[in-house]
Amino acid sequence: MQETFASSVTWMAAWIPLLPLLGFLILISVPLFSRRELPESATAIVGVGSVGFAALLTMFLVFALFRNDPSAVLQVSLWQWLDVSGLQLGFDFHLDWLTMVMLLVITGVGFLIHLYSAGYMRGDDGYRRYFAYLNLFVCAMLVLVLADNLVLLYLGWEGVGLCSYLLIGFWYRDPANGAAARKAFIVTRIGDTAMAIGLFLLFSQFATLNVSGINAAAGSAAAGDFTITLAALLLLGGAVGKSAQLPLQTWLPDAMAGPTPVSALIHAATMVTAGVYLIARLHPLFAASTTAMSAVAIVGALTLLLAGCSALVQSDIKRVLAYSTISQIGYMFLALGVGAWSGAIFHLMTHAFFKALLFLSAGSVILSLHHEQNIFAMGGLRKKIPFTFLCFAIGCACLAALPLTSGFYSKDQILLRAWEFHHGVNGIWLAGLLGALVTGIYSFRLLFLVFFGREGSASAHCEDANNRVMTLPLLMLAALALMGGLMAPPLQSVFGQAAAGHPPAWVEGIAIAMPIIGLAIAWRLFLQKRRPADQPSALHRFWFGGWGFDWLYDQLLVKPFLFLAQINRNDIVDSFYKGTAYASRQLNGLLSITQNGQVRWYMATLVCGSILFLALLVAL
Amino acid sequence: MPVESLPGLHAGLLLAAALFCLGLAGLLVRRNIIFMLMCVEICTNAAALAFIVAGAHWGSADGQAMFVFVITLAAAEVAIALALVLQFYRRRHTVDIDQLNGLRG
Repeated sequence: MQETFASSVTWMAAWIPLLPLLGFLILISVPLFSRRELPESATAIVGVGSVGFAALLTMFLVFALFRNDPSAVLQVSLWQWLDVSGLQLGFDFHLDWLTMVMLLVITGVGFLIHLYSAGYMRGDDGYRRYFAYLNLFVCAMLVLVLADNLVLLYLGWEGVGLCSYLLIGFWYRDPANGAAARKAFIVTRIGDTAMAIGLFLLFSQFATLNVSGINAAAGSAAAGDFTITLAALLLLGGAVGKSAQLPLQTWLPDAMAGPTPVSALIHAATMVTAGVYLIARLHPLFAASTTAMSAVAIVGALTLLLAGCSALVQSDIKRVLAYSTISQIGYMFLALGVGAWSGAIFHLMTHAFFKALLFLSAGSVILSLHHEQNIFAMGGLRKKIPFTFLCFAIGCACLAALPLTSGFYSKDQILLRAWEFHHGVNGIWLAGLLGALVTGIYSFRLLFLVFFGREGSASAHCEDANNRVMTLPLLMLAALALMGGLMAPPLQSVFGQAAAGHPPAWVEGIAIAMPIIGLAIAWRLFLQKRRPADQPSALHRFWFGGWGFDWLYDQLLVKPFLFLAQINRNDIVDSFYKGTAYASRQLNGLLSITQNGQVRWYMATLVCGSILFLALLVAL
Repeated sequence: MPVESLPGLHAGLLLAAALFCLGLAGLLVRRNIIFMLMCVEICTNAAALAFIVAGAHWGSADGQAMFVFVITLAAAEVAIALALVLQFYRRRHTVDIDQLNGLRG
C-alpha cells in the first residue's frame, strides 16, 4: 500500500511540469489539425487549465507529503538522459521544501496570472500564441526548480530565457518591442555563458553535476579554495544576468514592452528570481567562499540602491515597477550574501505575491485608461476604479513593507540577519535600511500620483476595464499579499537552523520606521506638489536613464561592434572566394577570344600547333 | 637498306608532301567552301599516296588496303559535306566560309 502511494506520488510530481508542456503542445499544434482558429474560450480552458491542474497537484503534494514533515525529500527519476564517460545525467527531479515553495509560487501565482490574462488579452490576434508561450514558460520554469542536476536546471534556465524573449517581443509588429526582446536575450546570454563555464569548472573539480553531490563536496572542501570561489562567482554571473542585477540589469526595464501579465509573471514574480533560487539551491557552495558571499551581498546592496533611485524618477507606471523589481531582487541577493537563505526565499515568495498584484492592477489601470502608461497623465483615479485602487494600495503597502503586511515580515528578517551577520552597524545593513526608505518613497509616490490628487489628462476617459475573470485573481493575490507574511515556509530542513540572535530593540525600531518615513516624504513631495519640475535636474535625468548604464554599454560594446561590422561589411573571408570567381571569369574571357567562329583561323592554329609539335618531336 | 638510297620511295614521299602542302595552303587561303572541300580531297589523297608508296616499297598489301579505306572515307565525307554546303547555300545564298561564324565565343 505504501509502495503504490509512493509511486503514484512520483508520477504526480512528474505530471506537474508535464501538464503545461501538454498545454503548450496542444495550443501550438492546432493549425496542423484545423484550418480555423481555436475559439478563445477553448484556448483559455487549455492554457489556464493546464497550469491550474499543475497548481492543484502541487498543493496536493504539499498536503500529502510535506505539511507534516518539514524534512521530507522526494526523489523522482524519470529516465537516463546522458551517459558519457563518467558524466551521468538523469532526468531526475528533487523535491524538498525549497522546491515546494518555488513550485507553489510558480503554479499558484502563475495560475492566477494565466486566469487574469484570459480576460486581459481578450480580442488579441495572438491569443492562442500567447497562452502557448506562457505554458511553455511555466513548463521550463518548473523544470528549472525541479531539476536534480545542474544540466537539467540549465535546460530550464535557457527555456525560460527563450520564452521571455518570445513574450517580450509578443507584439512583434512594433520594431521597438523586437529590439527590447533581443536586448533581453543577448544581455542574459552573457550571464548564461558565465554560468556554463561555471558548470564546466564544477564538473572538472567535483566530477559530478548533481546538486546534492556538489553541495556535499563544497561543504567538505577547504575554506578559501580558489576553484570554488571562481565557480561560485561564475554561477553568480549567471544569476546576475537572469535576475537583472548589477551590471546586467539593463534588460529588465525594456522588457516591459511585453503584455502586462507577462511582466507580472516572468519579469516580476518568477523568472527573474531564478538567480536567487540558483544561489539558494547551491548555498553550501557559496557559503564555502567568503569572497563569493561578499560579492553576492555587494551586488545586491548596490543594485538595491541604484534601481531604487531610478524608480524614484520614472514616469512610466510599468517602468517604476520594473525598477522596483530589480531593487527587490537586490534585497534577495543581499539576503543571500549575508546567509539569510530562508529570508531570501521568504522575500521571494512574498515579493511574487505583491509584485504580481501590483503588475496586474497596473495592467487594469492601463487597460482602463486605454493604454496610457504615463503616471503624470493619471491622477485622481481613486474614485473611478475603486477596486483596482484597493488592490494597488495593498500592493504598494506590501512593497514598502508597512508593518503587518507580507513584505514587512520578509524584509525585517533580512535586515535583522544583515545586522547579525556583521555584528552591528555595517554597510550592507545601512544599504538595506536606505533601500527600505527609498522603496517607501517610490511606492507611495506611484500610488499618490496615480490615484490621488487632481485628475490628469488621461483620467477623464477612464472606464473600469475589470471583468470577472480579472477581478478574481486580483482578489486572491491581494489576500495572499496581505496574509503571506504569516506563511513563512519551514525551510530549516534545507538551510539548517539559523543562529538565533537578538539585536537591540532600536535596530528593529529603525527597520519598522523606515517605510513610514518614506511614506511621509512621499506624502509631502508628491501629494502636496504633484507636477514634475519643468526642467528636470541633471541628477533626475541621470537616474531616469538608469544611471547611464545603457549609454555606457552602447559606447563600450555596441558602437565598437557596429564599427567592426561596418568595416567588415564585405566579408574578408568571402573576398577569397570572390577572387577565385573573378579570376576564372577573366580566364574565360581570354579563352573566349580564340573562339571567333572563323573556321580558317581554327585551321591555321591547328597547323601551327601540329608544326610546333612535330618540331618538338624532332628536336628531342 | 637506308631510305635515302631509294630514289623511288624518296620521290614518291616528296610528291605526297608537296601535294599535302598544296591542299593545306588552299584550305587556309580559300574562302569558297567548294574549293575548300576540294583542297581537303587533295590532302587526303596526298596521304593516300604516301600509303601506296610505302606499301610498294615494303611489298606489303597494307598500303593498298589503307588506300581503299581513304577513298571510302573521302567519298563519305564529300557526300555529307556537299549536303551541308547545299543546305548552307539555300539558307544564306552564299558559300563564303567566313560567313559561317555563328558559333563564336
